[in-house]
Amino acid sequence: MYKFLNTILIGITSGAIYSLMAIALVLVWRSTRVVNFAQAGQALLSTYIGYAVIQKYHSFWLALLIAMLAGAAVAALIDAIFMRTLFKRAAQGPIAGVAPIIATLGLLGLIRSLLGLFVGGKEANIRPPVSNIGFTISGHTLAFSPLKLLIVTSVLFLMLVLSLIFQHTNVGLALRASAYAPEIARLSGIKVDGIRTLGWALAGGAGAAAGMLQTPDGNGALSPDSLEFSLLLVFGFIAAVIGGLESLVGAVVGGLVLGLVLAFVLTYISGSLVFITAFVLLIIVLLVKPSGLIGTRGGRRA
Amino acid sequence: MTLTVTDLIVDHGAIRAINNISFRVEEGQLAAIIGANGAGKTTLLRTLSGLTPATGGSASWHGTELLYSKPEKLVRRGVSHVSEGKSVIPELTVEENLNLGALWRKNSEEAHESHEMILDTFPRLRERLGQLADTLSGGERQMLSIGRALMSKPSLLLLDEPSLGLAPLVVAQIFQSIRTLTAQMGLTVVLVEQNAMSALKIADIGIVLNLGRIAASDSSEHLIANPQVRAAYLGY
Repeated sequence: MYKFLNTILIGITSGAIYSLMAIALVLVWRSTRVVNFAQAGQALLSTYIGYAVIQKYHSFWLALLIAMLAGAAVAALIDAIFMRTLFKRAAQGPIAGVAPIIATLGLLGLIRSLLGLFVGGKEANIRPPVSNIGFTISGHTLAFSPLKLLIVTSVLFLMLVLSLIFQHTNVGLALRASAYAPEIARLSGIKVDGIRTLGWALAGGAGAAAGMLQTPDGNGALSPDSLEFSLLLVFGFIAAVIGGLESLVGAVVGGLVLGLVLAFVLTYISGSLVFITAFVLLIIVLLVKPSGLIGTRGGRRA
Repeated sequence: MTLTVTDLIVDHGAIRAINNISFRVEEGQLAAIIGANGAGKTTLLRTLSGLTPATGGSASWHGTELLYSKPEKLVRRGVSHVSEGKSVIPELTVEENLNLGALWRKNSEEAHESHEMILDTFPRLRERLGQLADTLSGGERQMLSIGRALMSKPSLLLLDEPSLGLAPLVVAQIFQSIRTLTAQMGLTVVLVEQNAMSALKIADIGIVLNLGRIAASDSSEHLIANPQVRAAYLGY
Protein backbone atom coordinates (compact mmCIF):
# COMPACT_ATOMS: atom_id res chain seq x y z
CA MET A 1 0.00 0.00 0.00
CA TYR A 2 2.69 2.49 1.02
CA LYS A 3 4.82 1.29 -1.86
CA PHE A 4 2.01 2.13 -4.26
CA LEU A 5 1.39 5.54 -2.68
CA ASN A 6 5.11 6.33 -2.71
CA THR A 7 5.34 5.41 -6.37
CA ILE A 8 2.55 7.83 -7.20
CA LEU A 9 4.19 10.59 -5.15
CA ILE A 10 7.55 10.09 -6.86
CA GLY A 11 5.84 10.02 -10.24
CA ILE A 12 3.96 13.26 -9.60
CA THR A 13 7.07 15.12 -8.46
CA SER A 14 9.27 14.12 -11.37
CA GLY A 15 6.29 14.47 -13.72
CA ALA A 16 5.77 18.04 -12.53
CA ILE A 17 9.33 18.92 -13.54
CA TYR A 18 8.97 17.19 -16.93
CA SER A 19 5.76 19.21 -17.40
CA LEU A 20 7.64 22.47 -16.89
CA MET A 21 10.22 21.50 -19.48
CA ALA A 22 7.47 20.30 -21.81
CA ILE A 23 5.72 23.67 -21.43
CA ALA A 24 8.96 25.41 -22.38
CA LEU A 25 9.28 23.28 -25.53
CA VAL A 26 5.61 23.71 -26.44
CA LEU A 27 5.76 27.49 -26.03
CA VAL A 28 8.65 27.74 -28.48
CA TRP A 29 7.13 25.22 -30.86
CA ARG A 30 3.83 27.12 -30.91
CA SER A 31 5.40 30.49 -31.47
CA THR A 32 8.14 29.60 -33.98
CA ARG A 33 7.59 25.98 -35.10
CA VAL A 34 11.03 25.09 -33.80
CA VAL A 35 11.92 22.18 -31.55
CA ASN A 36 14.32 23.96 -29.28
CA PHE A 37 17.11 21.57 -28.32
CA ALA A 38 19.01 24.49 -26.83
CA GLN A 39 16.42 24.56 -24.05
CA ALA A 40 18.56 22.12 -22.04
CA GLY A 41 21.55 24.45 -22.36
CA GLN A 42 19.48 27.51 -21.54
CA ALA A 43 18.10 25.76 -18.43
CA LEU A 44 21.61 24.74 -17.41
CA LEU A 45 22.95 28.28 -17.88
CA SER A 46 20.02 29.71 -15.90
CA THR A 47 20.57 27.20 -13.11
CA TYR A 48 24.24 28.20 -12.95
CA ILE A 49 23.12 31.80 -12.60
CA GLY A 50 20.75 30.68 -9.82
CA TYR A 51 23.64 28.87 -8.19
CA ALA A 52 25.72 32.06 -8.25
CA VAL A 53 22.87 33.96 -6.59
CA ILE A 54 22.61 31.32 -3.86
CA GLN A 55 26.37 31.57 -3.23
CA LYS A 56 26.09 35.30 -2.78
CA TYR A 57 22.72 35.82 -1.08
CA HIS A 58 21.95 32.37 0.39
CA SER A 59 18.35 32.48 -0.75
CA PHE A 60 16.92 29.73 -2.93
CA TRP A 61 13.79 31.74 -3.68
CA LEU A 62 15.69 34.79 -4.85
CA ALA A 63 17.87 32.47 -6.92
CA LEU A 64 14.83 30.81 -8.49
CA LEU A 65 13.36 34.20 -9.40
CA ILE A 66 16.61 35.54 -10.86
CA ALA A 67 17.31 32.29 -12.71
CA MET A 68 13.87 32.51 -14.33
CA LEU A 69 14.34 36.15 -15.29
CA ALA A 70 17.79 35.40 -16.67
CA GLY A 71 16.42 32.38 -18.52
CA ALA A 72 13.70 34.56 -20.04
CA ALA A 73 16.20 37.24 -21.06
CA VAL A 74 18.59 34.73 -22.66
CA ALA A 75 15.72 33.10 -24.57
CA ALA A 76 14.43 36.47 -25.77
CA LEU A 77 17.91 37.38 -27.01
CA ILE A 78 18.30 34.05 -28.79
CA ASP A 79 15.03 34.61 -30.63
CA ALA A 80 15.41 38.31 -31.36
CA ILE A 81 19.03 38.17 -32.54
CA PHE A 82 19.69 34.63 -33.65
CA MET A 83 16.42 32.97 -34.74
CA ARG A 84 14.97 36.04 -36.44
CA THR A 85 18.10 36.44 -38.57
CA LEU A 86 18.13 32.74 -39.28
CA PHE A 87 14.53 32.80 -40.49
CA LYS A 88 15.36 35.67 -42.83
CA ARG A 89 18.54 34.12 -44.22
CA ALA A 90 17.50 30.48 -44.42
CA ALA A 91 13.85 30.92 -45.35
CA GLN A 92 14.18 29.39 -48.82
CA GLY A 93 15.43 26.18 -50.28
CA PRO A 94 16.06 22.71 -48.92
CA ILE A 95 17.77 24.04 -45.79
CA ALA A 96 14.70 26.01 -44.61
CA GLY A 97 13.02 23.11 -42.82
CA VAL A 98 16.00 21.79 -40.90
CA ALA A 99 18.12 24.92 -40.42
CA PRO A 100 16.37 26.10 -37.23
CA ILE A 101 16.58 22.65 -35.62
CA ILE A 102 20.26 22.25 -36.46
CA ALA A 103 20.79 25.79 -35.21
CA THR A 104 19.29 25.01 -31.80
CA LEU A 105 21.49 21.90 -31.60
CA GLY A 106 24.45 24.14 -32.35
CA LEU A 107 23.36 26.55 -29.66
CA LEU A 108 23.08 23.72 -27.16
CA GLY A 109 26.67 22.72 -27.89
CA LEU A 110 27.81 26.32 -27.75
CA ILE A 111 26.21 27.03 -24.38
CA ARG A 112 27.60 23.83 -22.88
CA SER A 113 31.09 24.48 -24.26
CA LEU A 114 31.09 28.04 -22.96
CA LEU A 115 29.96 26.86 -19.54
CA GLY A 116 32.70 24.24 -19.65
CA LEU A 117 35.22 26.92 -20.50
CA PHE A 118 34.25 29.24 -17.64
CA VAL A 119 32.93 27.05 -14.85
CA GLY A 120 34.01 23.58 -15.99
CA GLY A 121 36.50 22.63 -13.33
CA LYS A 122 34.65 24.13 -10.40
CA GLU A 123 32.40 22.16 -8.17
CA ALA A 124 28.88 23.51 -8.02
CA ASN A 125 26.13 22.23 -5.80
CA ILE A 126 22.61 23.39 -5.02
CA ARG A 127 21.48 22.14 -1.64
CA PRO A 128 17.77 21.62 -1.01
CA PRO A 129 16.26 24.80 0.48
CA VAL A 130 14.07 22.67 2.74
CA SER A 131 14.38 19.17 4.14
CA ASN A 132 14.35 16.30 1.68
CA ILE A 133 13.58 13.73 4.34
CA GLY A 134 10.15 12.28 3.72
CA PHE A 135 7.09 13.02 5.82
CA THR A 136 6.14 10.18 8.15
CA ILE A 137 2.65 8.81 8.60
CA SER A 138 2.18 6.38 11.53
CA GLY A 139 5.75 5.22 11.42
CA HIS A 140 6.02 4.96 7.62
CA THR A 141 8.33 7.35 5.82
CA LEU A 142 6.78 8.59 2.61
CA ALA A 143 8.69 9.32 -0.58
CA PHE A 144 7.33 12.83 -0.28
CA SER A 145 9.46 15.39 1.53
CA PRO A 146 9.03 19.10 2.19
CA LEU A 147 11.34 19.55 -0.84
CA LYS A 148 9.04 17.56 -3.11
CA LEU A 149 6.05 19.43 -1.75
CA LEU A 150 7.85 22.67 -2.57
CA ILE A 151 8.58 21.47 -6.10
CA VAL A 152 5.02 20.40 -6.79
CA THR A 153 3.62 23.61 -5.31
CA SER A 154 6.01 25.79 -7.30
CA VAL A 155 5.14 24.01 -10.55
CA LEU A 156 1.42 24.32 -9.83
CA PHE A 157 1.85 28.01 -9.05
CA LEU A 158 3.81 28.66 -12.26
CA MET A 159 1.21 26.82 -14.32
CA LEU A 160 -1.56 28.82 -12.70
CA VAL A 161 0.25 32.07 -13.52
CA LEU A 162 0.86 30.94 -17.11
CA SER A 163 -2.73 29.90 -17.66
CA LEU A 164 -3.97 33.21 -16.22
CA ILE A 165 -1.66 35.06 -18.62
CA PHE A 166 -2.78 32.98 -21.59
CA GLN A 167 -6.51 32.91 -20.92
CA HIS A 168 -7.23 36.23 -19.27
CA THR A 169 -4.87 38.92 -20.54
CA ASN A 170 -4.51 40.82 -23.79
CA VAL A 171 -0.93 39.61 -24.12
CA GLY A 172 -2.18 36.05 -23.71
CA LEU A 173 -4.74 36.59 -26.45
CA ALA A 174 -2.03 37.99 -28.72
CA LEU A 175 0.20 34.98 -27.90
CA ARG A 176 -2.53 32.50 -28.77
CA ALA A 177 -3.61 34.32 -31.92
CA SER A 178 -0.01 34.58 -33.16
CA ALA A 179 0.51 30.87 -32.53
CA TYR A 180 -2.68 29.73 -34.25
CA ALA A 181 -2.85 32.15 -37.17
CA PRO A 182 0.09 34.55 -37.55
CA GLU A 183 -1.35 36.18 -40.67
CA ILE A 184 -4.69 37.00 -39.07
CA ALA A 185 -2.82 38.23 -36.01
CA ARG A 186 -0.75 40.60 -38.15
CA LEU A 187 -3.85 41.84 -39.96
CA SER A 188 -5.35 42.55 -36.54
CA GLY A 189 -2.42 44.82 -35.73
CA ILE A 190 -0.46 42.43 -33.50
CA LYS A 191 3.31 42.76 -33.76
CA VAL A 192 3.86 39.06 -34.21
CA ASP A 193 7.67 39.21 -34.11
CA GLY A 194 7.64 40.76 -30.66
CA ILE A 195 4.99 38.34 -29.44
CA ARG A 196 7.15 35.43 -30.66
CA THR A 197 10.07 36.73 -28.67
CA LEU A 198 7.79 36.95 -25.65
CA GLY A 199 6.82 33.30 -26.18
CA TRP A 200 10.51 32.39 -26.17
CA ALA A 201 11.02 34.42 -23.00
CA LEU A 202 8.20 32.63 -21.17
CA ALA A 203 9.68 29.33 -22.33
CA GLY A 204 13.13 30.37 -21.10
CA GLY A 205 11.65 31.19 -17.68
CA ALA A 206 9.82 27.86 -17.47
CA GLY A 207 12.93 25.92 -18.50
CA ALA A 208 15.01 27.76 -15.89
CA ALA A 209 12.46 26.88 -13.21
CA ALA A 210 12.62 23.23 -14.27
CA GLY A 211 16.42 23.26 -13.94
CA MET A 212 16.39 25.05 -10.58
CA LEU A 213 13.81 22.67 -9.11
CA GLN A 214 15.28 19.49 -10.56
CA THR A 215 18.83 20.01 -9.35
CA PRO A 216 18.28 19.91 -5.55
CA ASP A 217 15.79 17.06 -6.05
CA GLY A 218 18.60 14.97 -7.54
CA ASN A 219 22.11 14.89 -6.17
CA GLY A 220 22.38 18.69 -6.30
CA ALA A 221 25.47 18.71 -8.47
CA LEU A 222 25.82 20.99 -11.49
CA SER A 223 28.24 20.45 -14.33
CA PRO A 224 28.44 21.74 -17.90
CA ASP A 225 28.06 18.21 -19.26
CA SER A 226 25.29 17.37 -16.80
CA LEU A 227 23.48 14.18 -17.77
CA GLU A 228 20.48 15.30 -15.69
CA PHE A 229 19.86 18.26 -17.98
CA SER A 230 20.09 16.14 -21.11
CA LEU A 231 17.52 13.79 -19.62
CA LEU A 232 15.38 16.77 -18.64
CA LEU A 233 15.31 17.79 -22.30
CA VAL A 234 14.55 14.27 -23.51
CA PHE A 235 11.81 13.62 -20.95
CA GLY A 236 10.38 17.11 -21.44
CA PHE A 237 10.26 16.47 -25.16
CA ILE A 238 8.58 13.08 -24.73
CA ALA A 239 6.04 14.68 -22.37
CA ALA A 240 5.37 17.43 -24.90
CA VAL A 241 4.80 14.91 -27.70
CA ILE A 242 2.52 12.79 -25.51
CA GLY A 243 0.53 15.97 -24.89
CA GLY A 244 0.29 16.83 -28.58
CA LEU A 245 3.16 19.38 -28.80
CA GLU A 246 0.68 22.24 -29.32
CA SER A 247 -1.14 22.30 -26.03
CA LEU A 248 -0.01 23.66 -22.66
CA VAL A 249 -2.60 21.51 -20.90
CA GLY A 250 -1.28 18.59 -22.94
CA ALA A 251 2.27 19.34 -21.80
CA VAL A 252 1.18 19.08 -18.17
CA VAL A 253 -0.78 15.89 -18.75
CA GLY A 254 2.10 14.44 -20.78
CA GLY A 255 4.59 15.25 -18.01
CA LEU A 256 2.46 13.62 -15.35
CA VAL A 257 1.74 10.53 -17.45
CA LEU A 258 5.44 10.11 -18.19
CA GLY A 259 6.44 10.72 -14.55
CA LEU A 260 3.94 8.17 -13.25
CA VAL A 261 4.72 5.50 -15.83
CA LEU A 262 8.46 5.81 -15.18
CA ALA A 263 7.96 5.74 -11.42
CA PHE A 264 5.96 2.52 -11.63
CA VAL A 265 8.53 0.90 -13.89
CA LEU A 266 11.28 1.97 -11.48
CA THR A 267 9.54 0.64 -8.37
CA TYR A 268 7.83 -2.49 -9.63
CA ILE A 269 9.99 -3.70 -12.50
CA SER A 270 13.54 -2.45 -12.79
CA GLY A 271 15.49 0.80 -12.79
CA SER A 272 17.33 -0.33 -15.90
CA LEU A 273 14.08 -0.31 -17.89
CA VAL A 274 13.26 3.37 -17.23
CA PHE A 275 14.84 4.78 -20.41
CA ILE A 276 13.55 2.00 -22.60
CA THR A 277 10.06 2.60 -21.26
CA ALA A 278 10.26 6.34 -21.92
CA PHE A 279 11.25 5.82 -25.54
CA VAL A 280 8.81 2.98 -26.10
CA LEU A 281 6.08 5.26 -24.77
CA LEU A 282 7.20 8.00 -27.18
CA ILE A 283 7.16 5.62 -30.14
CA ILE A 284 3.77 4.16 -29.20
CA VAL A 285 2.22 7.62 -28.93
CA LEU A 286 3.73 8.67 -32.25
CA LEU A 287 2.51 5.52 -33.98
CA VAL A 288 -0.92 5.20 -32.40
CA LYS A 289 -1.99 8.77 -31.73
CA PRO A 290 0.49 11.22 -33.28
CA SER A 291 -1.68 14.20 -32.35
CA GLY A 292 -1.00 13.40 -28.70
CA LEU A 293 -3.14 12.03 -25.89
CA ILE A 294 -5.37 15.07 -25.61
CA GLY A 295 -4.81 16.50 -29.07
CA THR A 296 -8.04 17.44 -30.84
CA ARG A 297 -8.08 17.50 -34.65
CA GLY A 298 -4.44 18.18 -35.32
CA GLY A 299 -3.92 18.80 -31.66
CA ARG A 300 -4.34 22.54 -31.48
CA ARG A 301 -5.69 23.80 -28.23
CA ALA A 302 -4.85 26.53 -25.73
CA MET B 1 -8.84 61.02 -48.63
CA THR B 2 -8.36 58.99 -51.74
CA LEU B 3 -6.97 55.55 -52.40
CA THR B 4 -4.56 56.10 -55.26
CA VAL B 5 -2.89 53.17 -56.97
CA THR B 6 -0.33 54.05 -59.64
CA ASP B 7 1.51 51.73 -62.04
CA LEU B 8 1.35 48.85 -59.61
CA ILE B 9 3.35 45.73 -60.51
CA VAL B 10 3.42 42.57 -58.41
CA ASP B 11 5.38 39.43 -59.29
CA HIS B 12 4.94 35.97 -57.85
CA GLY B 13 8.32 34.50 -58.71
CA ALA B 14 8.43 34.45 -62.50
CA ILE B 15 4.72 35.17 -62.86
CA ARG B 16 3.51 38.76 -63.18
CA ALA B 17 0.32 38.69 -61.11
CA ILE B 18 -0.42 42.42 -61.34
CA ASN B 19 0.73 44.09 -64.51
CA ASN B 20 0.94 47.86 -64.30
CA ILE B 21 -2.45 48.92 -63.02
CA SER B 22 -3.64 52.34 -61.84
CA PHE B 23 -6.96 53.39 -60.31
CA ARG B 24 -8.50 55.71 -57.75
CA VAL B 25 -11.19 55.20 -55.12
CA GLU B 26 -12.63 58.37 -53.61
CA GLU B 27 -13.42 58.67 -49.92
CA GLY B 28 -16.66 56.93 -48.95
CA GLN B 29 -16.87 54.98 -52.17
CA LEU B 30 -17.31 51.25 -52.42
CA ALA B 31 -15.21 49.85 -55.23
CA ALA B 32 -15.84 46.32 -56.51
CA ILE B 33 -12.91 44.49 -58.08
CA ILE B 34 -14.25 41.68 -60.22
CA GLY B 35 -12.73 39.18 -62.60
CA ALA B 36 -12.09 35.50 -63.13
CA ASN B 37 -9.95 33.22 -60.98
CA GLY B 38 -6.29 34.13 -61.33
CA ALA B 39 -7.03 37.68 -62.49
CA GLY B 40 -4.93 39.03 -59.62
CA LYS B 41 -7.75 40.22 -57.35
CA THR B 42 -6.51 38.63 -54.15
CA THR B 43 -2.92 39.60 -54.91
CA LEU B 44 -4.02 43.20 -55.33
CA LEU B 45 -5.66 43.28 -51.89
CA ARG B 46 -2.77 41.48 -50.21
CA THR B 47 -0.38 44.01 -51.69
CA LEU B 48 -2.46 46.95 -50.48
CA SER B 49 -2.50 45.61 -46.91
CA GLY B 50 1.23 44.90 -46.82
CA LEU B 51 1.04 41.10 -46.85
CA THR B 52 2.57 40.69 -50.30
CA PRO B 53 5.51 42.84 -51.40
CA ALA B 54 5.07 44.87 -54.60
CA THR B 55 7.58 44.82 -57.42
CA GLY B 56 6.96 48.39 -58.51
CA GLY B 57 4.60 51.35 -58.54
CA SER B 58 2.94 53.10 -55.66
CA ALA B 59 -0.25 53.06 -53.65
CA SER B 60 -1.32 55.55 -51.02
CA TRP B 61 -4.21 56.06 -48.68
CA HIS B 62 -4.66 59.33 -46.85
CA GLY B 63 -1.00 60.21 -47.24
CA THR B 64 0.18 56.78 -46.08
CA GLU B 65 2.29 54.79 -48.51
CA LEU B 66 0.78 51.31 -48.53
CA LEU B 67 3.48 49.39 -50.35
CA TYR B 68 6.66 48.32 -48.56
CA SER B 69 4.88 48.64 -45.21
CA LYS B 70 3.89 45.98 -42.68
CA PRO B 71 0.24 44.99 -42.16
CA GLU B 72 0.45 45.58 -38.41
CA LYS B 73 1.56 49.16 -39.12
CA LEU B 74 -1.07 49.78 -41.76
CA VAL B 75 -3.83 48.66 -39.38
CA ARG B 76 -2.80 51.55 -37.14
CA ARG B 77 -3.18 53.88 -40.13
CA GLY B 78 -6.75 52.78 -40.72
CA VAL B 79 -6.31 50.00 -43.26
CA SER B 80 -8.15 46.78 -42.34
CA HIS B 81 -8.02 43.65 -44.46
CA VAL B 82 -10.42 40.71 -44.29
CA SER B 83 -8.44 38.00 -46.03
CA GLU B 84 -9.93 35.31 -48.25
CA GLY B 85 -11.95 32.49 -46.77
CA LYS B 86 -13.58 33.59 -43.52
CA SER B 87 -10.50 34.65 -41.65
CA VAL B 88 -11.42 33.77 -38.09
CA ILE B 89 -9.33 31.79 -35.61
CA PRO B 90 -11.39 28.67 -34.83
CA GLU B 91 -9.57 27.94 -31.56
CA LEU B 92 -10.60 31.29 -30.06
CA THR B 93 -14.05 32.32 -28.88
CA VAL B 94 -16.18 34.77 -30.86
CA GLU B 95 -15.47 37.44 -28.25
CA GLU B 96 -11.71 36.82 -28.44
CA ASN B 97 -11.75 36.95 -32.23
CA LEU B 98 -13.47 40.31 -32.08
CA ASN B 99 -11.19 41.71 -29.39
CA LEU B 100 -8.15 40.72 -31.41
CA GLY B 101 -8.88 43.56 -33.81
CA ALA B 102 -8.70 46.16 -31.05
CA LEU B 103 -5.78 44.87 -28.97
CA TRP B 104 -3.51 47.60 -30.27
CA ARG B 105 -5.99 50.38 -29.54
CA LYS B 106 -5.07 52.42 -26.51
CA ASN B 107 -8.54 53.79 -25.80
CA SER B 108 -10.60 50.91 -24.42
CA GLU B 109 -13.79 52.99 -24.28
CA GLU B 110 -13.66 53.66 -28.00
CA ALA B 111 -12.93 50.00 -28.59
CA HIS B 112 -15.99 49.15 -26.55
CA GLU B 113 -18.08 51.46 -28.75
CA SER B 114 -16.89 49.65 -31.86
CA HIS B 115 -17.65 46.36 -30.13
CA GLU B 116 -21.26 47.36 -29.43
CA MET B 117 -21.78 48.84 -32.89
CA ILE B 118 -20.59 45.60 -34.51
CA LEU B 119 -22.79 43.42 -32.32
CA ASP B 120 -25.77 45.65 -33.12
CA THR B 121 -25.10 45.10 -36.81
CA PHE B 122 -24.57 41.36 -36.40
CA PRO B 123 -26.89 40.33 -33.54
CA ARG B 124 -26.18 36.65 -34.26
CA LEU B 125 -22.64 37.20 -32.99
CA ARG B 126 -23.89 38.63 -29.71
CA GLU B 127 -25.74 35.38 -29.02
CA ARG B 128 -22.55 33.41 -29.62
CA LEU B 129 -19.90 35.54 -27.89
CA GLY B 130 -18.71 32.77 -25.56
CA GLN B 131 -18.63 30.00 -28.19
CA LEU B 132 -15.54 28.90 -30.06
CA ALA B 133 -15.47 30.37 -33.57
CA ASP B 134 -15.13 26.77 -34.74
CA THR B 135 -18.81 26.23 -33.97
CA LEU B 136 -20.06 29.06 -36.22
CA SER B 137 -21.75 28.63 -39.57
CA GLY B 138 -20.06 29.96 -42.71
CA GLY B 139 -22.13 33.14 -42.72
CA GLU B 140 -21.47 33.79 -39.04
CA ARG B 141 -17.75 33.32 -39.61
CA GLN B 142 -17.83 35.89 -42.36
CA MET B 143 -19.69 38.31 -40.08
CA LEU B 144 -17.07 37.66 -37.41
CA SER B 145 -14.13 38.30 -39.70
CA ILE B 146 -15.68 41.54 -40.92
CA GLY B 147 -16.45 42.42 -37.30
CA ARG B 148 -12.86 41.76 -36.28
CA ALA B 149 -11.60 44.04 -39.05
CA LEU B 150 -14.01 46.77 -37.95
CA MET B 151 -12.77 46.56 -34.35
CA SER B 152 -9.66 48.39 -35.57
CA LYS B 153 -11.91 51.31 -36.53
CA PRO B 154 -10.62 51.41 -40.10
CA SER B 155 -11.13 54.14 -42.65
CA LEU B 156 -10.23 51.81 -45.54
CA LEU B 157 -11.67 48.31 -45.55
CA LEU B 158 -10.26 45.65 -47.90
CA LEU B 159 -12.67 42.73 -48.29
CA ASP B 160 -11.62 39.54 -50.06
CA GLU B 161 -14.49 37.39 -51.37
CA PRO B 162 -16.95 37.67 -48.50
CA SER B 163 -19.41 35.53 -50.50
CA LEU B 164 -17.04 32.56 -50.83
CA GLY B 165 -18.85 29.31 -50.04
CA LEU B 166 -22.01 30.96 -48.73
CA ALA B 167 -25.64 30.31 -49.66
CA PRO B 168 -27.22 33.04 -51.87
CA LEU B 169 -29.53 34.22 -49.11
CA VAL B 170 -26.63 34.62 -46.69
CA VAL B 171 -24.63 36.43 -49.37
CA ALA B 172 -27.45 38.94 -49.80
CA GLN B 173 -27.51 39.48 -46.05
CA ILE B 174 -23.75 39.98 -45.77
CA PHE B 175 -23.70 42.37 -48.72
CA GLN B 176 -26.55 44.39 -47.22
CA SER B 177 -24.60 44.65 -43.95
CA ILE B 178 -21.49 45.76 -45.80
CA ARG B 179 -23.45 48.54 -47.53
CA THR B 180 -25.03 49.65 -44.24
CA LEU B 181 -21.77 49.62 -42.32
CA THR B 182 -19.98 51.51 -45.03
CA ALA B 183 -22.50 54.34 -44.95
CA GLN B 184 -22.68 54.32 -41.16
CA MET B 185 -18.93 54.48 -40.56
CA GLY B 186 -18.03 56.56 -43.60
CA LEU B 187 -15.81 53.74 -44.77
CA THR B 188 -14.05 53.48 -48.07
CA VAL B 189 -14.22 49.88 -49.26
CA VAL B 190 -12.37 47.80 -51.81
CA LEU B 191 -14.39 44.64 -52.34
CA VAL B 192 -12.90 41.76 -54.30
CA GLU B 193 -15.54 39.36 -55.62
CA GLN B 194 -16.12 36.46 -57.99
CA ASN B 195 -19.81 37.01 -57.45
CA ALA B 196 -19.68 39.99 -59.80
CA MET B 197 -23.36 40.88 -59.96
CA SER B 198 -23.90 40.97 -56.19
CA ALA B 199 -20.77 43.06 -55.79
CA LEU B 200 -21.62 45.56 -58.53
CA LYS B 201 -25.12 46.01 -57.14
CA ILE B 202 -23.83 47.49 -53.89
CA ALA B 203 -20.75 49.16 -55.36
CA ASP B 204 -20.28 52.74 -56.55
CA ILE B 205 -17.56 51.89 -59.01
CA GLY B 206 -16.32 48.66 -60.53
CA ILE B 207 -12.96 47.56 -61.82
CA VAL B 208 -12.67 44.49 -64.01
CA LEU B 209 -9.34 42.68 -63.77
CA ASN B 210 -8.16 40.25 -66.41
CA LEU B 211 -4.77 38.50 -66.19
CA GLY B 212 -3.33 41.21 -64.01
CA ARG B 213 -4.51 44.15 -66.12
CA ILE B 214 -7.54 46.42 -65.88
CA ALA B 215 -9.99 45.30 -68.59
CA ALA B 216 -12.67 47.85 -67.75
CA SER B 217 -13.32 50.44 -65.09
CA ASP B 218 -16.47 52.53 -64.70
CA SER B 219 -19.36 53.35 -62.41
CA SER B 220 -21.10 50.15 -61.41
CA GLU B 221 -24.33 51.07 -63.28
CA HIS B 222 -22.38 51.51 -66.50
CA LEU B 223 -20.54 48.26 -66.01
CA ILE B 224 -23.77 46.37 -65.40
CA ALA B 225 -25.18 47.92 -68.57
CA ASN B 226 -22.05 47.23 -70.63
CA PRO B 227 -22.81 44.31 -72.98
CA GLN B 228 -19.22 43.05 -73.10
CA VAL B 229 -18.91 43.01 -69.31
CA ARG B 230 -22.32 41.37 -69.06
CA ALA B 231 -21.31 38.62 -71.45
CA ALA B 232 -17.88 38.00 -69.93
CA TYR B 233 -18.48 38.42 -66.21
CA LEU B 234 -22.15 38.61 -65.35
CA GLY B 235 -23.13 35.58 -67.30
CA TYR B 236 -25.99 36.88 -69.41
